[in-house]
Amino acid sequence: MKSGSNLERILEGGQFAVTAEAGPPKGSSPKVIQRKGELLKLCCDALNVTDNQTAIVRMSSLSGCVLLKELGVEPVLQMVVRDRNRLALQGDILGAAALGIRNVLCLSGDHQRFGNHPAAKGVYDIDSIQFIQMVKTMRDEHRFLNGEEISGDVPFFIGAAANPFADPFEFRVTRLAKKVNAGADFIQTQGIFDVPKFVEWMKMVRDRGLHEKTHILAGLIPIKSVGMARYMRNNVSGLSVPQEIVDRMADAKDAKEEGVKICLETIEQLKEVEGIHGIHIMAVAWEDIVPRIVEEAGLMPRPVV
Amino acid sequence: MIIAEQKALTEIEDMVGPYRKILVVGCGTCMTFCSAGGPDEVGQLAEALASGNKDIVVEKSTIPRQCAVKFIDRLESKVGDYEAILSMACGNGVQAVASRFPNKPVLPALNTQFIGVEAESGIWTETCMACGDCILWRTGGICPVTRCAKGLLNGACGGASEGKCEVSKDRPCAWQEIYHALKRLNMLHYLKEKPQVKDWPIHPGRVVRQDLREVEAS
Repeated sequence: MKSGSNLERILEGGQFAVTAEAGPPKGSSPKVIQRKGELLKLCCDALNVTDNQTAIVRMSSLSGCVLLKELGVEPVLQMVVRDRNRLALQGDILGAAALGIRNVLCLSGDHQRFGNHPAAKGVYDIDSIQFIQMVKTMRDEHRFLNGEEISGDVPFFIGAAANPFADPFEFRVTRLAKKVNAGADFIQTQGIFDVPKFVEWMKMVRDRGLHEKTHILAGLIPIKSVGMARYMRNNVSGLSVPQEIVDRMADAKDAKEEGVKICLETIEQLKEVEGIHGIHIMAVAWEDIVPRIVEEAGLMPRPVV
Repeated sequence: MIIAEQKALTEIEDMVGPYRKILVVGCGTCMTFCSAGGPDEVGQLAEALASGNKDIVVEKSTIPRQCAVKFIDRLESKVGDYEAILSMACGNGVQAVASRFPNKPVLPALNTQFIGVEAESGIWTETCMACGDCILWRTGGICPVTRCAKGLLNGACGGASEGKCEVSKDRPCAWQEIYHALKRLNMLHYLKEKPQVKDWPIHPGRVVRQDLREVEAS
């Protein structure tokens, strides 16, 4: 075991994993994270705590992780290289290890331009792939980026993101391979609406044997309304929302029900795709729906390992 | 070349407010090519300042480069007659002129933007941020440090869509361009290389050429 985390044990044990997101608040109350933790603890194997998501300042990811851990919920520490240089990243990794955090998701981060401090200086000292490699070196060789020795263990299950829908399509798998070679133990993908395109990407993933070197968790975003579907289609870079999905949401009598139905259908299709080892549900501002989705997808109860 | 843009006239008027005799100095190289501070712009700015305030005396002069002492020296005979120098050079030129005339206020009329090119008529884009460690040979002649909004050395990120950067649809994704350039050059293997972390330079930069120093000393 690299980290001994619940997520690692489930994935290494060959079981189908379920993770979800618990975004921290734009405020200092611990209750927001605690509520999400209580809501999701029985239906997920680990919860990602986002890191100034969409470049909007929120409670730090590490604090959110600690709050979840206190509830007995396993966190995945999301970290973006947008806001920290190599010193801060390594310092926070050590701090997270000391606090018992065992999963980390290494990300570039949405550009600061999108957020609520658009004139901020983006750090981007290292990129997400270099970050993955840095954490792996810290864990496996007990060395900092500069080669100096680290005292103590840095036991992390290392995650990375992959977007099968960004361009250039034929290059996406090459970049995934780079992340896997750098040390990504698990992958959480961008939200999937265009299943045929995802299936095509997964075939390229399998052709290179990457599904055997990492655990791929397919990303899902439950849609609440036709407005949300349109917004994601038009405004969210790297998301592919087919017209058919927008039409279904527009024609539905009960949009929320239709959103759940679409999500469940997608999960059913994804379960059949060879090399998918779990799902990651990003129910932004709709966390309440996650327990129902996991239940109706036949993924309850979660395994105890 | 270095690309700059003229400051708002109101800001320039505020800067020159305390002075009645002003020497507006243009720069004949980059600032002329990017139409920010060449002879034409010097003339227009001088006229705008004079027409806005009848009490001030504005003189014009453009030298080939404000970043070289040998050209700045040409201003020497004029400077004494003016209370302030309004430089239409890049920040480098403004500082060189200020350093040459330490007892004279030297005011920047421009905002220096970047090292770049005129991509289309009237549109300039940044191409190099002088990072001190050029990798263009393995990125198809396109600099990701500068032209990727996140400066990624292992792009493209997940935000790239239809060849455009996630930051805005009028910015091409540098990594998409790099991908196509390397494909065209049959060099796609560079994209599979192990990621190296960049050694960022220490600012302010300093280049020492010992060989040239020794020649000068002897």
